[in-house]
Order: sequence, then C-alpha cells, then structure tokens
Amino acid sequence: MKHYRSMISPYVLWAFGFIIIPFIMIMVYAFTDGGLSLTDAGFSLDSFAEMTDSLYFTVFTRSFSTGILTTLLCLFIGYPMAFFITKFDERVQGTLILITTIPMWINLLLRTYAWIGILSDNGLLNSFLKMLGIGPVSIMYTGIAVNIGLVCNFLPFMILPIHTSLSKMDPSLLEAAYDLGANKVQAFTRVIFKYSIPGVLNGVIITFLMAISAFVIPKMLGGGQFTLLGNLIENQFISVGNWNFGAAVSLILAIVILAAISFLKRIDPDGTV
Amino acid sequence: MKKFQKSKLFYGLYIGVIFAFFYLPIVVTMFFSFNSSKSLTHFSGFSLRWYGNLIKDTEIMQAVYVSISIAILATIISTIIGTLTAIGLSKCRKLVREMLLNVNNIPMMNPDIVTAIGFLILFSSLRIPKGYYTMLMAHITFCIPYVITSVYPKVKTLDPNLADAAMDLGASPFMALYKVILPMLREGIFAGALLAFTMSFDDFVISYFVTGNGVSNISIIVYNMTKRTNPTINALSTIVILVIFVTMFIVKVIPYLIGKRRKEQLAYEENN
Repeated sequence: MKHYRSMISPYVLWAFGFIIIPFIMIMVYAFTDGGLSLTDAGFSLDSFAEMTDSLYFTVFTRSFSTGILTTLLCLFIGYPMAFFITKFDERVQGTLILITTIPMWINLLLRTYAWIGILSDNGLLNSFLKMLGIGPVSIMYTGIAVNIGLVCNFLPFMILPIHTSLSKMDPSLLEAAYDLGANKVQAFTRVIFKYSIPGVLNGVIITFLMAISAFVIPKMLGGGQFTLLGNLIENQFISVGNWNFGAAVSLILAIVILAAISFLKRIDPDGTV
Repeated sequence: MKKFQKSKLFYGLYIGVIFAFFYLPIVVTMFFSFNSSKSLTHFSGFSLRWYGNLIKDTEIMQAVYVSISIAILATIISTIIGTLTAIGLSKCRKLVREMLLNVNNIPMMNPDIVTAIGFLILFSSLRIPKGYYTMLMAHITFCIPYVITSVYPKVKTLDPNLADAAMDLGASPFMALYKVILPMLREGIFAGALLAFTMSFDDFVISYFVTGNGVSNISIIVYNMTKRTNPTINALSTIVILVIFVTMFIVKVIPYLIGKRRKEQLAYEENN
C-alpha cells in the first residue's frame, strides 16, 4: 500500500536541513582552519592538535573523572533504592516510581537554582550546620557542589532502568535459590544481580554520558571555576570565537556518545531508554 | 514475621531519605517564595510580595509567554509531522525506513550542546537573524524524534490491511487515515505530544544558543539571574512546579481512575 508513503517527505526535508546539514557543518569546521568564514578555509587538523595542550587536556580528564564519580555515586545510591522499591507490592511500587520521575519533569534550571540557595556560603546548609555547632563549610563553586547537583539530577536515570530489570525477575527464582541452599549474599550475587545487569549497564552508560556532556549544572554550581567539556565548547563559541576548536571538541563529544549508545543498543536491544 | 516488618521499615526509611534529597530543592524553593524578606535562609513572615513582583516584571512575563507559546507551537507542529512520518514509515521500503529512523535518533542521542552548536553554525552561516523563529525551528527539530518514537511502535501493531479495508468500504485515503488509523494511534500520539511539550518547555541549552535579539524563555531568564538572589524566581518556580504536579496528576491518576471504573463496570455487567 503506497498511499501514505509520501507522508514522510516533509520530515525527510526537515531532517536533511536541520539534522544532517548542521552535523556536516560541525565536521567541516572541526577539520578546517578558516575561523568564522568557510570561503578561505583549508583542511587542517590544528584543532585536534590543540586539544593536547595541557590546559584543555585537564578539561577532558576533569570531565571524565566527574562523569565516573557521578556514575559510581548514582550506582551505589540508586541500586539499593531500585532494589528496595521492588520489595513493596505493585501498587505502592507504581506510586514510588511516579514520585521518582516527577522531579525529572521540572525545569532543570529551576531545580539547580534552588541548590544555590541551599549550598551557598550563607545558605540553608550552613545555617543548619551552625545550629549544630559545626563551622561553616564552603561548598558552593567547588567540585562537591557540582557533584551534588549532578547526582540529584541523574539519579532517577539510574534507578528507573535497574528497577525495570529487577521487576522483570520471577520471584520464584529467588525461592528456588534459597531452597537449593543459597544464603542471602549468594542469592543476591548469583540471582538478583545477574538479572539486573541490563538495567545497571543502561543506567551506568546514560548517567555517564549525561554527566560528561553536562553544561548547566557545572556552570551554575561550579561558577565558572569548574570547566567541563560542555563549558569549554560554550566558551569557544560565545566568548572566544574559535569555532574550529569548539566544533572539534563537539565532534569528539558526539562521537564518544554515539559510539557508547550504539554499544548499549547492541547489548540491550529492547532497552528501557 | 517481625524481622520482615523491620526490614520493610528500613527500606521505607532509605527510600524516604532519597526522596528528601530529590524534593529538598523543590520544597525550599516553594517555601521561600512566600517569604516576606529577600533572604533565602531566614523566613521572616508570610507574604505574596514576590508573586506581585513576578506579575509586574515584564521581562519575566515576556519569557513565560515565549516558553509557553513556543512549547505549544512546537508541540502542535512536531506532533503533526511526527505522526504523519510514523504512519508513512511503516509503508516505506526497509532501507528508507532504517535510514530515516537512524537520522531521527541523532537529536535524541547527541548531547544538547552539540545539537545547539549545529544550529548556531547553521543559522549564523545562512545569516538568519536569531530570535523567536530560530528557537521555534530548533524546538520543532528536537521534538519530532520524540513523537516518532512514541507513535511508530503503535503503528507497527496495527493490521497493515486496515487502511485497505477502509478504502474497500468506500473511504478515501484521507478518510481512512482520519477515521480509522489516527483514532487507533491516539495513545501514542498523546504520549508523544506530552513528551514534546515538556522537552520544549524545559529546554535551556539549545534555546540559549539559537536565540538572540533579547528573546528569552524561562530557562534563559533563570540562568541570567543566578548571580544574585532573586525570590521572584522562586515564585515563578513554585507556579511552574504546581502546574507540572497538576499535569502529572491529570495524566497519571485520571486514566487510572477511569480504567478502574471501567473494570468495575465490566465486572458489574458480567455479573448481571
């Protein structure tokens, strides 16, 4: 039936103009050296060579280490959370999952803005600590503030896929494990954890990718002192005006992320993402 | 049995602590939006002062208008294009279908900042003045993929002969689409539209790079005001949060209640 086939044509044109062309243009800028104009630009790998500069290299390593730290924190906090949720009956589980998802719907900027009021030097946290007699701590505009913001925002993306894979597990498997003499630890490592691996992989990859490409949270809670890849890209386009270098960093970031997601799709084809 | 109860209490406690972590910023924002002083740490009395300021602040109200109107327009346009594409895709050859679906995945998988840079380069090199319409075009572009991924799985579950059957019975292709296919996709279309709306309404990174000429949405305004404390933002946050809570309630709880009632009705009818 060919009747409806032509209905895709508006989107084919749209996708060509607004998805493919911009992507090609990023590549063109990344591999040329003409600055803002493309007319007198020649092929060059200068932008990629520039990344080995120690100043930029620290941004790469900081992004990756922040990504790893955020992912580990989300995993160690989120796994028990997902596991404990499955211990309640189905209706309660539905409500708990809903409560977990609601913050994801609220504007990220507004939620991050609230953290400033809590974490700043004369903020809520410090006045609470003062009441307890503990001296003021300076968290705002440090890596700690950025990590708190990242974990708070990305934790649901770890909890939800792990919960999905855990709730697919047949509970009688666990009973069988106990009947066969497994203790609690064995039942967990041999049965429960194995079932949750797809969810864990899913959560780990998504959290890591979101953390390394984060832009708003490091800017607002790190206050320009904590530059990650996203902030580096912004600087190149907005203040420095070195589009070639900015495009090259964007391209690297895009390739890392697209490769990781296609890997994820291969290991978990009917994934929860 | 007692041990079981104890562990449940521990589970509940842990879940409660995590929820407190999630909701602490939200609760703090809402609480201090009613503060009579400017402080974000000391509550000196109940007042609606910041709500008054909010209504009077033309800059913020303008941003609210931009956010809402772009979200509505982007949702309508992306839902129409996305739904038509999803239906058309099911009739296409495999090669075309897979290519388009792969391209469609790019805006969803790419980090926002890279998508934003792509638009920035595109609009600048075409010398299109940045502002409301560039923002709208960018929003439509990143919303369509979410509509397609919500609608296309539903299209795949339809009987491929459905449209033919309608046309054999005398419907024109348009009538078959409008009267038969679209109603069967209602759930997917609705889910896609809701997703598109929230994606557009919440967007910061892409809007920030494609806007210009003083056009800002809510996210951009908040971003520009973070350097100084401004409880007017808290008042705005509170309203946004309440709207989202009410929407989530309507979307999640009401279908559940209707479903429950329908089940009860069915059970009643079966018994009689």
